[in-house]
Amino acid sequence: MSTLEIRDLHVSVETKEGPKPILRGVDLTIDSGRTHAIMGPNGSGKSTLAYSLAGHPKYQVTSGSVSLDGADVLAMSVDERARAGMFLAMQYPVEVPGVSVSNFLRTAKTAIDGEAPALRTWIKDVKVAMEGLRMDSSFAERSVNEGFSGGEKKRHEILQMELLKPKMAILDETDSGLDVDALRIVSEGVNRVRSTGDVGVLLITHYTRILRYITPDFVHVFVDGRIAEEGGPELADRLESEGYDRYLTGATA
Amino acid sequence: MTSTTDSAPALSTDHSRAVADGAHTHGTGGTPQGSRAERITSFDPDVIGIPTGREEEWRFSPVAKLAPLFETGLSSAGVRTTVVEAPEVQVTIVGRDDERLGRAGVPGDRTAVTAWTSVEEATVVSIPAQAVASDVTSVRVEGIDMTPSASHLLVHAGALSESVVVLDHLGSANLTETVEVVVEDGAHLTLVSVQDWASDAVHASSHRIRLGRDAKVKHIVVTFGGDVVRVTPDAEFAGEGGEVEMIGLYFADAGQHQEHRLFVDHAVPNCTSRVTYKGALQGAGAHTVWVGDVLIRAEAEGTDTYELNRNLVLSDGARADSVPNLEIETGIIEGAGHASATGRFDDEQLFYLQARGIPEADARRLVVRGFFAELIQEIGVPSVEERLLESIELELSKSMSVIEGGVAPA
Repeated sequence: MSTLEIRDLHVSVETKEGPKPILRGVDLTIDSGRTHAIMGPNGSGKSTLAYSLAGHPKYQVTSGSVSLDGADVLAMSVDERARAGMFLAMQYPVEVPGVSVSNFLRTAKTAIDGEAPALRTWIKDVKVAMEGLRMDSSFAERSVNEGFSGGEKKRHEILQMELLKPKMAILDETDSGLDVDALRIVSEGVNRVRSTGDVGVLLITHYTRILRYITPDFVHVFVDGRIAEEGGPELADRLESEGYDRYLTGATA
Repeated sequence: MTSTTDSAPALSTDHSRAVADGAHTHGTGGTPQGSRAERITSFDPDVIGIPTGREEEWRFSPVAKLAPLFETGLSSAGVRTTVVEAPEVQVTIVGRDDERLGRAGVPGDRTAVTAWTSVEEATVVSIPAQAVASDVTSVRVEGIDMTPSASHLLVHAGALSESVVVLDHLGSANLTETVEVVVEDGAHLTLVSVQDWASDAVHASSHRIRLGRDAKVKHIVVTFGGDVVRVTPDAEFAGEGGEVEMIGLYFADAGQHQEHRLFVDHAVPNCTSRVTYKGALQGAGAHTVWVGDVLIRAEAEGTDTYELNRNLVLSDGARADSVPNLEIETGIIEGAGHASATGRFDDEQLFYLQARGIPEADARRLVVRGFFAELIQEIGVPSVEERLLESIELELSKSMSVIEGGVAPA
């Protein structure tokens, strides 16, 4: 059982005009086995939250705290966070030319576990996970994300999530740009990981569509860098029919 | 021209859809150059004089260090050449008047012409017509001392033969070298030249490749060691249907000068050339130069050419110069393009790898390894590929303290 606690988190991004505040006091507690959907309009700070938690250097935490089972996440480097159990499935995964998927996965697994995985079970685990995500075995020999379609990139992200077994997984708009078939395959992968009950999921999305496949335990509406409303899955249904206009009017009034 | 030093932002050019617009060059400094076709070439050292360093072809080079090789009458004593040939391949030592010599191209700079006039003997590696070599032929040029020396190697691939020749350079030497490569009609040759000299070596090498009809050459240059290494591969097509793939890898450490100047001369129709050179640099004073000249003459209709240079600058104080030149004298071609990019580590790549738990130093190593591995996979000779991957590992382990960029050890 793990807990991620985000307390009064303020984050700025460096711009030419100086630091620009994006997150303005985020409070959120995520327990393993739970899925929290973060929804909100474009520019509300959803992705900033994701990248700040992962430690991207572009984002400066100006105040607040983040802890994973009591350990100070903000004091950790990017790779230390991952080894502590944080995982970010990225919206735009980058290409790493010349590094094969299989080499990358094995290197990451070795880093996370602190030892190389037992070869036989590892090969089997990779094979099973790839089959589950309908990824052809030739995928393993391709360079990381190079020439991948949008759907392939997202499946590759979920493949990593399945194999690296994080405590907390942040999925940053994993649904964006996916057609219905790809969305279903990716969602099945997320649900397989969720069914273990060992992972807490922070599902960041603009659309309610993915929530038909991945049922959240909690829904948080993100507006202007903070959580404007919280509720159960029914809140997503309401957003589906009403959209974000209600919050935006409130924010600009 | 792309030239990157410490703080310059990454620059790139991409003219993959370059059209026939006559001379198409990039240049922001140095001596203006006319057509590459106008470059003086000669077997006579009186025609190609001693350079001052201001000439177009010498403007990036440390000419003072190369000066001993500008003299004529150089010795042959500074290096020892050993050949271990495939059973199908013949090796002979011939006098300089052997009629097989001097058939591929003409010396195009001072060190090339001094190499030509100085040698008394040449090593000839000959692959008989239609022979298929069952093994790699290895030519080892070992430096004995720093006596300014010249050497000449001819690789002659007979018609329809298939072979792989690996040329290694090691030890300490002060050498100007000619590597003549004559590839007869329909022959396939892979030639690898590895410059892994000791840290004081000074080496100029003129590779002159002549491709017959439907000949296919894979020419690979790998430069790791030495103080100054300057390799100038020229390729000329003597018959239609020729294909040349020129691959280069280099890794310059502090104080090293590594220069690769290529010239592909499309003088006949329907030939293909691909040039891909990649380099990494780290440490103060590491300097690499890549110049890629491609000339498509008016008669070379149906030409298909593309050249690419990429440089990865791993630390402050290193400098990469990259100058692609494409001259097109006919519009009736399949394609012609070039691209050059010089940059530092991609922070987003590092973030991605670190976000998967991989420590920063390992992530950097992975990126550099991948940068070269991509190209090494193109070589197609497993024994050479394995060796080069090992050499890259060695270079990486040597230079990791610098690549880590002052990151405190965990």
